[in-house]
Amino acid sequence: RSTSGAEPESARARGAGAERGERREGESAAAGIRCVAYNNQSNRLAVSRTDGTVEVYNLSANYFQEKFFPGHESRATEALCWAEGQRLFSAGLNGEIMEYDLQALNIKYAVDAFGGPIWSMAASPSGSQLLVGCEDGSVKLFQITPDKIQFERNFDRQKSRILSLSWHPSGTHIAAGSIDYISVFDVKSGSAVHKMIVDRQYMGVSKRKCIVWGVAFLSDGTVISVDSAGKVQFWDSATGTLVKSHLIANADVQSIAVAEQEDSFVVGTAEGTVFHFQLVPVTSNSSEKQWVRTKPFQHHTHDVRTVAHSPTALISGGTDTHLVIRPLMEKVEVKNYDAALRKITFPHRRLISCSKKRQLLLFQFAHHLELWRLGSTVATGKNGDTLPLSKNADHLLHLKTKGPENIICSCISPCGSWIAYSTVSRFFLYRLNYEHDNISLKRVSKMPPFLRSALQILFSEDSTKLFVASNQGALHIVQLSGGSFKHLHAFQPQSGTVEAMCLLAVSSDGNWLAASGTSAGVHVYNVKQLKLHCTVPAYNFPVTAMAIAPNTNNLVIAHSDQQVFEYSIPDKQYTDWSRTVQKQGFHHLWLQRDTPITHISFHPKRPMHILLHDAYMFCIIDKSLPLPNDKTLLYNPFPPTNESDVVRRRTAHAFKISKIYKPLLFMDLLDERTLVAVERPLDDIIAQLPPPIKKKKFGT
Amino acid sequence: MAALEEEFTLSSIVLSAGPEGLLGVEQSDETDQFLVTDSGRTVILYKVSDHKPLGSWSVKQGQIITCPAVCNFQTREYIVVHDNKVLRIWNNEDVNLDKVFKATLSAEVYRILSVQGTEPLVLFKEGAVRGLEALLADPQQKIETVISDEEVIIWTKFFIVFRHPVLIFITEKHGNYFAYVQMFNSRILTKYTLLLGQDENSVIESFTASVDRKFISVMSLSSDGCIYETLIPIRPTDPEKNQSLVRSLLLKAVVSGNTQNGVALTALDQDHVAVLGSPLAASKECLSVWNIKFQTLQTSKELPQGTSGQLWYYGENLFMLHGKSLTVIPYKCEVSSLAGALGKLKHGQDPGTHVMPRFVNWETPQGCGLGFQNSEQSRRILRRRKIEVSLQPEVPPSKQLLSTIMEDSEKHIEVEVRKFLALKRTPDFHTVIGDTVTGLLERCKAEPSFYPRNCLMQLIQTHALSYSLCPDLMEIALIKKDVQLLQLCLQQFPDVPESVTCACLKIFLSIGDDSLQETDVSMESVFDCSNSVHDEKMEEQTEILQNGFNPEEDKCNNCDQELNKKPQDETKESTSCPVVPKRAALLNAILHSAYSETFLLPHLKDIPAQHITLFLKYLYFLYLKCSENATMTLPGIHSPTLNQIMDWICLLLDANVTVVVMMPEAKRLLINLYKLVKSQISVYSELNKIEVSFRELQKLNQEKNNRGLYSIEVLELF
Repeated sequence: RSTSGAEPESARARGAGAERGERREGESAAAGIRCVAYNNQSNRLAVSRTDGTVEVYNLSANYFQEKFFPGHESRATEALCWAEGQRLFSAGLNGEIMEYDLQALNIKYAVDAFGGPIWSMAASPSGSQLLVGCEDGSVKLFQITPDKIQFERNFDRQKSRILSLSWHPSGTHIAAGSIDYISVFDVKSGSAVHKMIVDRQYMGVSKRKCIVWGVAFLSDGTVISVDSAGKVQFWDSATGTLVKSHLIANADVQSIAVAEQEDSFVVGTAEGTVFHFQLVPVTSNSSEKQWVRTKPFQHHTHDVRTVAHSPTALISGGTDTHLVIRPLMEKVEVKNYDAALRKITFPHRRLISCSKKRQLLLFQFAHHLELWRLGSTVATGKNGDTLPLSKNADHLLHLKTKGPENIICSCISPCGSWIAYSTVSRFFLYRLNYEHDNISLKRVSKMPPFLRSALQILFSEDSTKLFVASNQGALHIVQLSGGSFKHLHAFQPQSGTVEAMCLLAVSSDGNWLAASGTSAGVHVYNVKQLKLHCTVPAYNFPVTAMAIAPNTNNLVIAHSDQQVFEYSIPDKQYTDWSRTVQKQGFHHLWLQRDTPITHISFHPKRPMHILLHDAYMFCIIDKSLPLPNDKTLLYNPFPPTNESDVVRRRTAHAFKISKIYKPLLFMDLLDERTLVAVERPLDDIIAQLPPPIKKKKFGT
Repeated sequence: MAALEEEFTLSSIVLSAGPEGLLGVEQSDETDQFLVTDSGRTVILYKVSDHKPLGSWSVKQGQIITCPAVCNFQTREYIVVHDNKVLRIWNNEDVNLDKVFKATLSAEVYRILSVQGTEPLVLFKEGAVRGLEALLADPQQKIETVISDEEVIIWTKFFIVFRHPVLIFITEKHGNYFAYVQMFNSRILTKYTLLLGQDENSVIESFTASVDRKFISVMSLSSDGCIYETLIPIRPTDPEKNQSLVRSLLLKAVVSGNTQNGVALTALDQDHVAVLGSPLAASKECLSVWNIKFQTLQTSKELPQGTSGQLWYYGENLFMLHGKSLTVIPYKCEVSSLAGALGKLKHGQDPGTHVMPRFVNWETPQGCGLGFQNSEQSRRILRRRKIEVSLQPEVPPSKQLLSTIMEDSEKHIEVEVRKFLALKRTPDFHTVIGDTVTGLLERCKAEPSFYPRNCLMQLIQTHALSYSLCPDLMEIALIKKDVQLLQLCLQQFPDVPESVTCACLKIFLSIGDDSLQETDVSMESVFDCSNSVHDEKMEEQTEILQNGFNPEEDKCNNCDQELNKKPQDETKESTSCPVVPKRAALLNAILHSAYSETFLLPHLKDIPAQHITLFLKYLYFLYLKCSENATMTLPGIHSPTLNQIMDWICLLLDANVTVVVMMPEAKRLLINLYKLVKSQISVYSELNKIEVSFRELQKLNQEKNNRGLYSIEVLELF
């Protein structure tokens, strides 16, 4: 049909049966967001989820999820904060305070605060002290030392749990929100100066308790509190009196965050609404100012558990798993893509791997893996048809992890006979045997001690080698043969660096291994000679996906700023095509996409094609076609075949983009004619969430 | 509502007020500062908001100030006269009055008068008046004697009327009072004898005056405790003749007649006066504010320590000597607008038209601002250098126009008005337009044959007029049954009262078709409905307008039977316009006008029943037209909206329901309207049902799109 001789790709399978967490497992899907903490210094955002996962987003790098720390069943993070510049701490209901190693991507240490579950934590304005509020009503002060934290003393014990804490910017006083009251402590003496009782009344009905979910201490001595009765209240900490009260919701107001300039703050409610309050002059050009509720935003369907206020944006997260970054238009100077609302829902890493030979998909969940065999069909059809299935997809395997730790990464070998996954403390390798329809699974025991924890696992194309990026920064090569395995080599990180490698790519001939960390460049190793071959010139933005093309051994790298580079490994330089692209620049719409490319693959018979995808589109880059400039239409639907050749050629450009499948979690070529795509409909995620607070839409 | 606020005392220093009290309180060039001259040797400048003096100047021992200090607003200097003949001029920087500019005059000065926007005047005791500049050019110039022997000036005031200074002073001779009005543009001095009426032996205690466009209203408080008003025309008809003026009683017995202390009176604004004196019953002195229009006492305040019987009013402050100290009582009269509280104001404004302020306070002389500009241009006169520049009198075109109106023929006036409108708009444009219309209308009233229709139309179209400015205009148009002018007024005026709207409606409905043919009514709001080809189409469309509801299916059997009898008539009735296009245009103007239901309803009851029916038929017709298209609007530029139509239908029915129900010819109309409402109700209920079905369909559709957990699709990529 097409004169170019291209044959149609037909029979595309799509499996959507087994994404993270299914109902029948009784496990909730993507975990809701519990805390966010914004670091002004590095413009990074730490996000903790209800399953204990902590993610770090780099807001400067196009909101890329740079780092993540896997969760733990027993660790429910209740508080998250940055201190001492860029050190990240969390505290949770297990009563421990933890510090995260942002280089090696592991937990540095955990210190028990001995006060029962910790509900709140706040770093002092200077960053040298850490304050935690505990279940037993105690407020504990910790000194942050260069490599640990040191308990200093307790403040006066309160009657009930301390749910929220806030330092006065001068560091002399703190406000602590508890149940039914707010205490103001003098830091020096540790004694409560004031106790401000919060009204339990809620719309005239006296509730049992009024929980102060959040407090914020302003430099003028005002304490702002948000509570379960739907109130935002302003208190004078000097006199302990209520100054002003705003009733903003019929449900709990669960979070508050104040801008550094103290001219605006944001609160989140259980109804999913985020309210922006601003300090505005009473009349124009008067110096007297007052707090006014200016803008409501409804970007969430469920509770907004946490909010943060960056200098230019309001950030909110909650039970509905979305992280919403809403820029403040008045603070945005240039009207670029940063001025657009961001809603981050899906992880920026690959959770699915596939075995091309056996047509298997391995899905990674928090606590288990699922192996599915794709279905098949005998029918044929034309473009757009859905074919009847002759065989449906099979759920072959459900592999539960042992222990409370979440799975960090997983991989299935291309031949389908190996499955490897890792948690924080253990590495698992399984051998699969296929006998007709039966599968037998055998764990390879006696893993060497260095293979304790992996950040990324990859099998070579021929499934004979296993590459493991450990969290100590080393890259291990393991030889697999039959049912046994042999440690071949470990590429140690350059002396002095402990940066963990998060992304791996191996060439199809097995000669080259590319590894990328969170910030440094991409290293390419020669697997045959077991030495570092070259390092791709460092680029400012983190790598989101990479792959080595067969035959040419060109390394294709996608960065979080949506740039795509092609680097010839044998020549140790960027390819001509890559240079042309850089010279001409990408189409502005391409650069404005807001999800990173998470997977790159190649067509074995079409060396000029690169197939890549993000959460909302997949794209085939045809290097033989001219690049689009800003005037051409980027989202050019695949031209209809009945158009004349001339028209097709005129409208065709290198980027063929399709948005049929979204949200797209994974897409890969199984063989020359088959493409597999995994979609994760948002409705399914929402359906698995607890029902939101019902709100009447019209009247009563 | 007028109100006196809390009083406060100005001076901490006790003023050396003699038995006659202070010499005077005068305004300074700063709004908040006042010059107080005591009866001794001192002038003090007070800042009222700060309650404190800013400066104080005294003449040498042995000299005595004889005339209160005033401010020359043009040069920002202060002027005082001591020892009757010595003029002193100084400014804020000067410390010692002995060292400042001095001019010794040849005659005794009664008072120096200064108002914003013009040069100060010097009034001599003999009645002569000189401008300050002219006087200073030659201080020793001969001053003529104007008033007769034994005649004494007892009161004077200086106004700006139409940017021209007018001086009035009142003299007394053997119990007879004379008023002199000096016009400075024409240099005419007019003398009037004030007749006291029956009450010949009363002595006038205090005067005050206010001015409007034609008269100076001099109010006087007599010793019998009553306030009288004397109107002195600004433009004397015959300056040569000695004229007599009769005073009329304005307020009776506001103060007791036999007070020992003096009484004082001052006009606060058009309707309010402040009176200082003892009320009849009480012995203590009181300051009271009276509304002279309604003759009511608005507020009063007791002044137990007694006063000097002097009262000054500047800005919003009343000044008096209370006991030994100068007391200030702020006075406020909140303006409450009935129009703001009631009624609907028109909001619709054509995007193209230039928005002009709708309301102008005609009474405040616009000269203030203009005069100030003049003074800015006319440099700061430094007295010490004795530079003299004469002010050039000009004759503005507006003046010319006003004089034309009074005498000339209709044609000529029209030409003049056109000329004036073609001119660039001056800041006093509104004033002139207002005056012109008033002038024209006055002439209309006086001469029944005079009706400068074109002129009036032009003036209305300037957007500078409103109903409240010239209520006579519509009244005259109503008498003349000038529907075109009425239509224009309805379109242009934002504040036509409901009674007038209704009067217009009556005329519009009752005027004969023949007389309508002759008029040239603006037809822009009327769409072309006389197309007979449309009629057939409309027959089908009558069903569409019912939103798919067939009237035959209606449960209202009785009415249907009746309707079915004459189906053809009905169609005809509902599809052809019941009024001629010109009348339709007029009625549309009514529909567009603003109203408040409460005020409109009583007037609507006065409309004859057959006219009500006609109007209703027209409205029903408009409604049918409206519902013909999807947007529910009428074609045409300025056509009535559906809401206006529906509101008026409801209004008419509300006002005249008993009448309409009894009328046989209105029966069909009512049935139609009833069916219309009924069908609308059922349409909405049907829509609700449809909505539910659609939601179900949507659900089904979603399920169809759901591709299930796993599917294989064909996708052509290469």
